[in-house]
Amino acid sequence: MSTDIIIHDKKDNVGVVVIEKITPKQDCKCWIMENDSSVNIQSADEIPLGHKIAMIDLKEGDTILKYGHDIGKVVKAIKKGQHVHVHNVKTKKW
Amino acid sequence: MEIPKSFLGYKRENGRAGTRNHVIILPVDDISNACAEAVANNIKGTIALPHSYGRLQFGADLELHFRTMIGTGSNPNVAAVIVIGIEPKWTKRIVDGIAKTGKPVEGFHIERTGDIGTVMKASKKAQEFVMWASEKQREECPISDLWISVKCGESDTTSGLASNPTVGNLMDKLEPLGVHLCFGETSELTGAEKVCATRGATKEASDKFMKTWSAYNDFILKEATDDLSESQPTAGNIAGGLTTIEEKAFGNFQKIGNCKFVDVLEPAEEPKKGKGLYFMDTSSAAAECVTLQAAAGFNIHLFPTGQGNIVGNPIEPVIKLTANPLTVKSMGEHIDCDVSKILSREMNLSEAGDELIKTTLKVANGRLTCAEALGHREFVMTKLYRSA
Repeated sequence: MSTDIIIHDKKDNVGVVVIEKITPKQDCKCWIMENDSSVNIQSADEIPLGHKIAMIDLKEGDTILKYGHDIGKVVKAIKKGQHVHVHNVKTKKW
Repeated sequence: MEIPKSFLGYKRENGRAGTRNHVIILPVDDISNACAEAVANNIKGTIALPHSYGRLQFGADLELHFRTMIGTGSNPNVAAVIVIGIEPKWTKRIVDGIAKTGKPVEGFHIERTGDIGTVMKASKKAQEFVMWASEKQREECPISDLWISVKCGESDTTSGLASNPTVGNLMDKLEPLGVHLCFGETSELTGAEKVCATRGATKEASDKFMKTWSAYNDFILKEATDDLSESQPTAGNIAGGLTTIEEKAFGNFQKIGNCKFVDVLEPAEEPKKGKGLYFMDTSSAAAECVTLQAAAGFNIHLFPTGQGNIVGNPIEPVIKLTANPLTVKSMGEHIDCDVSKILSREMNLSEAGDELIKTTLKVANGRLTCAEALGHREFVMTKLYRSA
């Protein structure tokens, strides 16, 4: 049972690509590790291995949840299926 | 999987159990390394633990030096110890500290004897110790005699995704069986420090953690030219997909599963509050961290890696696991437990945790780790500040 994306925690609003890359409009299989369940998502961007995809629409100021925890804030609106990284998310630390 | 209730270990005089049966030649200071290495070369089956310090240290830094030396000799993976130093006073202090365990230990000092005479005297005693230790047999010990330390290194996204949570799964399964557990890496928890503090089993433990982390953070803010935002995450971390320092810290933090820590330890401090998970204030540099954990009495180490850290320790076996299939393929001789099938969903976290438990017990029973077979014996003292 292969998977394209892994989501750590059911509360997470991002998943991590675990294949070499996903391409725009690709129907991706996602595995929620915490409860061993599956969901699907259509990608909007090309996203490489190890990088994150938005599982829902996110607006500026929203909190990114990964491992069920706050890992930073959205600084530029992100649509479901888009690439989540340093261009649209920043630390809350500094 | 039903977890075995016991392993085959070496029972020690003080009631602890070892997963190894080393006879070590421990230099007190840098200039005694040559003697220690000569003795280890003379007497087969002994190992020397050369290091770079032990002269003109003072205050808390000197206390840490003694704690690390005495703790290393006292570790249950060590059957007997030869201590060699330049001067009698510090040599004796270390011998007396180790002797409290009841194990055979003898000290030699070089002043007024010279290297050659010291090597001769120490070699005779080392031969006696190693032949005595070679008669020791492994006996059935309860699994609660395992003291497991953890530290990750050369991390990448596969670490937070899979290999660190695999260690967390093992902790969740072994903690109820009464094992001692230890995690460290004060710096790498930055970004997750508030959540980590909530994992204290008591308010006292939580407060102690925040105090320890804040002291470290104050030091960084004092010494650093910037706020770490340029170096955490690193350029390599960002290329690999890590966006923020919080994300990196939570990836690291997966190693403790759902466990709560009962106390916060000074570097190389022996746990005193019974079974369960401990946090130790350590550097995030691999060899320094493992050396401190071994000196605190931990007898088996789990080391999840992404890109492939190769560290070992002379007395505490270091088990490597990775979820990165490229690391398994390109440097498999360093990997004891391959959990890369998690990424392709051919293995779930619980199955991976079971695999790691099996590997841990095999190594506890005597199977060599990759790092042991490859001769990795990194013994690195933590230095708190410059010497006098």
